[in-house]
Amino acid sequence: MSGADRAEVCVIACAEAFRGNGEILGAPIGLVPIVGARLARHTFEPDLLLTDGEAMAVQGTWPAGAPASGVVESWLSYRQVFDVVWSGRRHVMMTPIQIDSYGNANISAIGSHARPKAQLLGARGAPGNAVSHPTSYWVPKHSTRTFVPQVDIICGVGWDSARKAGPAAMKYMDLRVVVTNLGVFDWETESRQMRIKSIHPGVTVDEIQEASGFKLVVPADVPVTREPTDDELELIRTVIDPNGVRYREVKI
Amino acid sequence: MRDKRMTEDDVVGRLRSGMTIGIGGWGSRRKPMSLIRAILRSDLKDLTIVTYGGPDVGLLCAAGKVRKLMYGFVSLDSIPLDPHFRAARQNGQIEVAEVDEGMLQLGLYAAGVRIPFLPTRVGLGSLVVETNPELRMVKDPYGDEEFVAMPAIGLDVALVHMNRADRFGNAQFLGPDPYFDDLYCAAAEQAFVSCEQIVDTADLLANQHPVTVRISRMYVTGVVEAPRGGHFTNCAPDYERDEAFQRRYVQAAADPASWSAFVEEFLSGDEAHYQRAVTAMSEQGA
Repeated sequence: MSGADRAEVCVIACAEAFRGNGEILGAPIGLVPIVGARLARHTFEPDLLLTDGEAMAVQGTWPAGAPASGVVESWLSYRQVFDVVWSGRRHVMMTPIQIDSYGNANISAIGSHARPKAQLLGARGAPGNAVSHPTSYWVPKHSTRTFVPQVDIICGVGWDSARKAGPAAMKYMDLRVVVTNLGVFDWETESRQMRIKSIHPGVTVDEIQEASGFKLVVPADVPVTREPTDDELELIRTVIDPNGVRYREVKI
Repeated sequence: MRDKRMTEDDVVGRLRSGMTIGIGGWGSRRKPMSLIRAILRSDLKDLTIVTYGGPDVGLLCAAGKVRKLMYGFVSLDSIPLDPHFRAARQNGQIEVAEVDEGMLQLGLYAAGVRIPFLPTRVGLGSLVVETNPELRMVKDPYGDEEFVAMPAIGLDVALVHMNRADRFGNAQFLGPDPYFDDLYCAAAEQAFVSCEQIVDTADLLANQHPVTVRISRMYVTGVVEAPRGGHFTNCAPDYERDEAFQRRYVQAAADPASWSAFVEEFLSGDEAHYQRAVTAMSEQGA
């Protein structure tokens, strides 16, 4: 399918992150991940659970930015969500402000922890997520400010940090992918360094390397991120994101 | 049974500077704001605050009441960041203990059931271990792995806001989530529950399932009837978050002059004054 724009390719890349997940809680944090997760459930990943953003697991598909309109299937209060996190039955896609080659991710603050230059949200559930269940990240603006040699504060635990912390940290660690506006990334098995998994249509490897503050592992063959099918594009444009919230994160 | 009804000022009269206070709710949702406003009117200072933070944290920081904050996040939900909390952090005005949000639950629960810590893998490899030097590790006595020993978070006082309560302290949530309000009450020496409406005990469950009475009177020291006491945070189903007011709060924080004007308009009098000023603002806006 041609005619998909970059934001729509990002939606597909986020949706693909949930492929094969089965009957677990999808926890997309960020607008493009939300659209992606709903697309995944609507099409190839029907067993996925999604919430209304508060305390209910809701079936069906509803537009991003609108209140959940599907059938409530179960209660998921925050307390229950922590239990779900620690049980491993969840795949989160968080939006870090900084991420490094090992997948350490920062959402807390910029600068030193003792006296931040810019205080952001705080660690939230990032430390627990990363050592408990599948964790992916979404970076809407891939740049040397977001892809950094070293994050200022480690919230989401990267491979090197988990290894240093010991087997209890490594046991359920399962970093999956990083989706950005330029491509999709995972980690080389041996070195645990971030690797290009695919590049979005129209993007070059050089462009990605240029926009990254560390050296990426580049495989011999770099695939291009798949584009949406006609049906998927129709779903994105008319059902899941008719108001175009995806463009708030990915400008075209 | 003891009638535990009291006013916000009665509650504040039982607080002391330097206390550790847990505040219920989550972000900008069902916060005991009328109790917070009563603290703002008091001479209390040097408080240690434990919470899933929202504008309660911002207001207390802006008034210089906070010595130390234990938190996993501070957010206004529809507006991601609280300006006063940001300023307090960036000025180095407050001490902090930043933990994963799940660890707050573990610490409060441990305190409530009187065990010194709970083991968890949460925090391993992250800022939590790095920036909380008092945090200890514990070896699994049945295995070899090392876990974080999340200490019990004992509170001097818990402040929570519920939808309904009876005058004995049985308290009910009617919104989607109880948050962790019962855990704060169990972890505290004294627990004060404000609520939208005090009703007869029989009325609590006239049309609701018993699980909604999440807090039992045996945990509760005092009950405050505080209609719109959660304003401007969300207190569904009684009312939603007052988004216009929250925006005003954030805009006012932009500079000292506009913040002074905001304090003068809304926070210079008692709770009745606050509620009148809010009504006046919404009527102007309408």
